[in-house]
Amino acid sequence: MTILNAPTPSSLAPDEVIEAPVRRVHPLAWLILIGIGLYFFVPLILTFWWSLRAEKDVLGFEAYGRLFADANFWSSLAETVVDSIATIVLSLLIIVPTAFWVTLRLPKLRPAVEFVTLLPFVIPPVVLVLGILRLYARPPLLLTSTYGSSRLVLICIYAAISFPYMFRSVDTGLRAIDVRSLTEAAQTLGAGWATILGRVILPNIRVALLSGSLLTFAIVFGEYAIAVYMAQHTFGPFMANLTRSKVYEPAAMAIVAVAIVWVAMVMISYVTRPRDRR
Amino acid sequence: MSGGSLTLEGVRKEFDGVVAVEDFNLSVSPGEFVSFLGPSGCGKTTTLRMVAGLEQPSAGTIRLAGEDVTFAKPNERNIGMVFQSYALFPNMTISDNIGFGLRVRKQDKDDRKERVAELLDLIQLPDKGKSYPYELSGGQQQRVALARALAISPQLLLLDEPLSALDAKIRDELRSEIRRIQRQLNITTIYVTHDQEEALALSDRIVVMSKGQMEQVGEPFEIYNNPATGFVASFVGQLNRLPVTVIDPALGRLRVGQVEVRTTSLIESPKGAEVSLMMRPEEITLDAEEENVLEGRVEAVTFLGSIVRIQVAVDGGRLTADLFNERLLQLPVAGDATQISFPSHACWVMV
Repeated sequence: MTILNAPTPSSLAPDEVIEAPVRRVHPLAWLILIGIGLYFFVPLILTFWWSLRAEKDVLGFEAYGRLFADANFWSSLAETVVDSIATIVLSLLIIVPTAFWVTLRLPKLRPAVEFVTLLPFVIPPVVLVLGILRLYARPPLLLTSTYGSSRLVLICIYAAISFPYMFRSVDTGLRAIDVRSLTEAAQTLGAGWATILGRVILPNIRVALLSGSLLTFAIVFGEYAIAVYMAQHTFGPFMANLTRSKVYEPAAMAIVAVAIVWVAMVMISYVTRPRDRR
Repeated sequence: MSGGSLTLEGVRKEFDGVVAVEDFNLSVSPGEFVSFLGPSGCGKTTTLRMVAGLEQPSAGTIRLAGEDVTFAKPNERNIGMVFQSYALFPNMTISDNIGFGLRVRKQDKDDRKERVAELLDLIQLPDKGKSYPYELSGGQQQRVALARALAISPQLLLLDEPLSALDAKIRDELRSEIRRIQRQLNITTIYVTHDQEEALALSDRIVVMSKGQMEQVGEPFEIYNNPATGFVASFVGQLNRLPVTVIDPALGRLRVGQVEVRTTSLIESPKGAEVSLMMRPEEITLDAEEENVLEGRVEAVTFLGSIVRIQVAVDGGRLTADLFNERLLQLPVAGDATQISFPSHACWVMV
């Protein structure tokens, strides 16, 4: 659930960053902070501790070694990484031109588009995947007959699930710049649509694009339910399988997964941090 | 570099059935500086945007240097445009901003560099090439926007309220700067503004607009001194309007309350008609020296520096008189009884 608390792309100009006045923090606030900290970190720490106990009476990285020696681990990781990247590309290709056009020409449609992109929040993943299977797992629209074609369907579903995050990120980025004036200025200077998007708009919403992409990466990385229904050997199902047969490796794998997503989060804060120049 | 001619014939624009611009006809000669002046919502910006190709006319023809460009895309017209919000590309340096149009036109890199340097000199910011837009002040940014628009040697320069976002002092500076550059390059220019002082100071000709209609086209002196309609008269400069009754249209005799005044301008209304007498505040003096004399009482005195604005209640209305400041001027105070006078050639009648 860290995903939902992830920073939205910063639209603040550097000079708008206000120094917080030094204040005494209420003891209750500390209590809440500590409570939440325990809630988040105790399971993590215990999982980590458990993952170190694979060898009898010794704490060590045996479980990690075994995990990394498993070819299926690497293949599921590779598959998930490829799926995430494909999802990000697809999501960007759909959302960026849509958000750009809505901002520029159809601002009245924004609420409608926003609603559509929010649908994945409203529809539970299981309902979504069963609905999709009902449509695409039988003629005349049979698209799940092979592993590869199912994988394409999965990527499309993931792209849809990423829409709320991607649209919000891109939309915030576009609102932070004067899309209309910049577009018109570029137009009068002779630029066509490709040049306008490639040289003027995208470089100025770079941070928003990265932030949306990293959020999408984090979602796809941890997804389990849909992948299982689509019979895909991705990271989520592999980990679930491991839980059924192994004792220490699933804990090691959980730590690896958390680490990868955290690295993604740190990258978000790094690229969206306020800087001397935007 | 020099500009091309611009012709608009019967240009009209509707937005969802609402007419924004109606029957706009104008012919601009090469090198001419024309302002579109009017309150917000009068259609001046819409007209400019149609010339730029950012809006398509509902009817009419737009010709640039003789060529019909009515439905040409903005990137197919050779125009330069400056926006109120500067619209500099934040991700590019000043040099890259200025060179953007040349880069889009695939001009050779060395030529581009040379041209950018030339323009940086023209806008008097030779050292700012490597800076980013956010490092520059508003006035400097707008100079860069001007240079960027000029870099592609456009046939026509369009300026959409370019000074509105700037401080008064910078505004005056940049105003003369724009005029200097325009004269130097002899580029045909359309300037949109709601500020009458700007339009008067800059333009060869002014188009005064109201509610989508052209009210008057003329040189600044003519617009100010011979306004064609009531709207032009009241929008351009300060204007006094006093209700009067026509005594003798042929001789220009009128009555204000019990006092008779005269105008040398033509009266089209018949004897006995209730009309308005118009005059500029600077034509009124606070003594009985001129031909038409009225008795009044000072209501308010506002010291504005170079001028002193005095409001005087007279029979039937209130007049504003602008006096030049002098060190020895005896300022009247509110409540003083006073005489005011104005020459018969300085006032005219409107219905």
